Amino acid sequence: MTDKTASGDVRLAGISKHYGSFTAVHPLDLTIPQGSFFALLGASGCGKTTTLRMIAGLEEPSTGTVSLGDREVTHLPPYKRPVNTVFQSYALFPHLSIYENIAFGLRRRGIKSVKKQVDDMLELVQLGQFAQRKPHQLSGGQQQRVAVARALINHPQVLLLDEPLGALDLKLRRQMQLELKRIQTEVGITFVHVTHDQEEAMTMADTVAVMNGGRVEQLGAPAELYENPRTTFVANFLGTSNLIEASVESAGTDVVVSASGTTLRLPGQRCSTTPRAGGKLLVGVRPEKISLVHADEEHTVAAGRNKIAGRIADSSFIGVSTQYVIDSRVCPELEVYAQNIERDARLVPGAEVVLHWNPEHTFGLDAAMDIDAGVETVEESA
Amino acid sequence: MTAVSAPPREAAPAEPPVHKASLRKRLIPYWLLLPGILWLLVFFVLPMIYQASTSVQTGSLEEGFKVTWHFQTYWEAFGDYYPQFLRSLLYAGTATALCLLLGYPLAYLIAFKAGRWRNLLLVLVIAPFFTSFLIRTLAWKTILADGGPVVGALNAVGFLDVTSWLGMTEGDRVLATPLAVVCGLTYNFLPFMILPLYTSLERIDTRLHEAAGDLYARPATVFRKVTFPLSMPGVVSGTLLTFIPASGDYVNAELLGSTDTRMIGSVIQSQYLRILDYPTAAALSFILMAIVLIMVSIYIRRAGTEDLV
Repeated sequence: MTDKTASGDVRLAGISKHYGSFTAVHPLDLTIPQGSFFALLGASGCGKTTTLRMIAGLEEPSTGTVSLGDREVTHLPPYKRPVNTVFQSYALFPHLSIYENIAFGLRRRGIKSVKKQVDDMLELVQLGQFAQRKPHQLSGGQQQRVAVARALINHPQVLLLDEPLGALDLKLRRQMQLELKRIQTEVGITFVHVTHDQEEAMTMADTVAVMNGGRVEQLGAPAELYENPRTTFVANFLGTSNLIEASVESAGTDVVVSASGTTLRLPGQRCSTTPRAGGKLLVGVRPEKISLVHADEEHTVAAGRNKIAGRIADSSFIGVSTQYVIDSRVCPELEVYAQNIERDARLVPGAEVVLHWNPEHTFGLDAAMDIDAGVETVEESA
Repeated sequence: MTAVSAPPREAAPAEPPVHKASLRKRLIPYWLLLPGILWLLVFFVLPMIYQASTSVQTGSLEEGFKVTWHFQTYWEAFGDYYPQFLRSLLYAGTATALCLLLGYPLAYLIAFKAGRWRNLLLVLVIAPFFTSFLIRTLAWKTILADGGPVVGALNAVGFLDVTSWLGMTEGDRVLATPLAVVCGLTYNFLPFMILPLYTSLERIDTRLHEAAGDLYARPATVFRKVTFPLSMPGVVSGTLLTFIPASGDYVNAELLGSTDTRMIGSVIQSQYLRILDYPTAAALSFILMAIVLIMVSIYIRRAGTEDLV
């Protein structure tokens, strides 16, 4: 991300991990700035947890180095690293009280008077009255907060979170996302968060690294990744994208493409590849950017907008919005999310419609990439 | 029993059948308990009552024994044989400690480090059970024989000087000494220590080790603060399964020991089968049982394992 080497940055230089002939993580360079909330996002088996474990010292990299600030820690055992982990399913010590669980790290470092710090930490995670209970007497959400407190009390340089919210139900997960974000802002420690939940990553992190097959596909702020995906995997894995195969008519500041006889425009700078006239391009647009009008109202669509004619194949009402699936010559299944402000009663399955959107909201991807990359994995983990 | 499986839902509208079905359902546990209870009644409770009554009888084999409530037998028996009681507890305690020292590292290795060798190692632990207890103990007689290679080697490294200073051997003999009896007990009861230890170690989530390491615990501290406390149920049940039978054992003392190493089990056996003093033998049995019960309950209390058994 940045070339400056701040004192507390986590720097991974060319680290990789092989298990026999299987490569879990391909050589990877990554700098995580001090104080940031960084998310490693990907489907299971993409190497995100292995990367995290290499930072924690629980896994030794096959190649490359791990540095914390100016200090190289590649071969330091976990107990010598100024890093703490919140484990998936928490790994709380079942034989110790909540108080002793939280005090564990302090006591191991020979700190005698732990009471004040433990009490403060119990306060931070709002578990004061549970100090003397055993972990199994707490609910999942409470155990999760103990796991966070147990790690944070050591004031680590970096806090690693391995799918910390995976075991919680949806409502609690939303609550804990905000809670973790609040704690991070309060303590200012670097958080590295591993998750397969794209919404979770986007809600919480300042910077998201999307991983796929042991490589980082793209790295950036959530909005940047969402608006300007550079690969089909990122386009499909983060939210939903309509990807249309098209051939380039003319390239330049404005790129003009044609897909099955329909002409579409997009800004040249929003292409992740350099389009060439006569070449192919994948044209993408997010479902919520698209507006929908009945075919009879086509004349109301302002000039200069991208337009596609089609027929509503399916619609589902989900409260704040209605999700339509549109069948068109250009693309068999285009998704459109329309806000339920003024609903046109004619927009029912079977109706002829026109889709239109601002060309600025279109992005272009290299047509050589798999158009369905990242689609199925989303369904699996959802 | 067959009617129990009638689907209760069909019977739901009419009230009396519901009642009947739920009554049957409630009786199921008792039916399941019945065989075990009958077995224990016939083979445990009745003999206990019989023994208790024998212990307060007087008489002789020729005249027959009669219940005379002669509790004096208990005092006399304890007074005559307290050295054997003490010796039994000492030998059994030493053997239990040795079993723990030998068994814990092995159980730890099988649980955490053995990988695909785990099952093979477990089979090897119980393999001695495939031969008779007696034959195995007799084999130790050969192993520890005077002038044999084992005794020679122990002598050469000076081990026997240490044990004879401790009073466990005499000169350059091992057979017919306390050491031989303790060795036999340790060997014979080792699997009873290893298996419960393995079971409780195997249940420990290895992520707890990672978590402890992550929280600045060195490997030795991880063991002291996490692994060992979590294996306490195994330690307690392993020591009980070793100590209780070892304190009543007589085969090892008979085959590997001498008259100076007699344990209370040998005394009871000879009172019954050779001297034919049934009241004394029964009284000794009850005294041993009482002592073991008291020691075990104190131990369990001290060890404080709520979720044991």
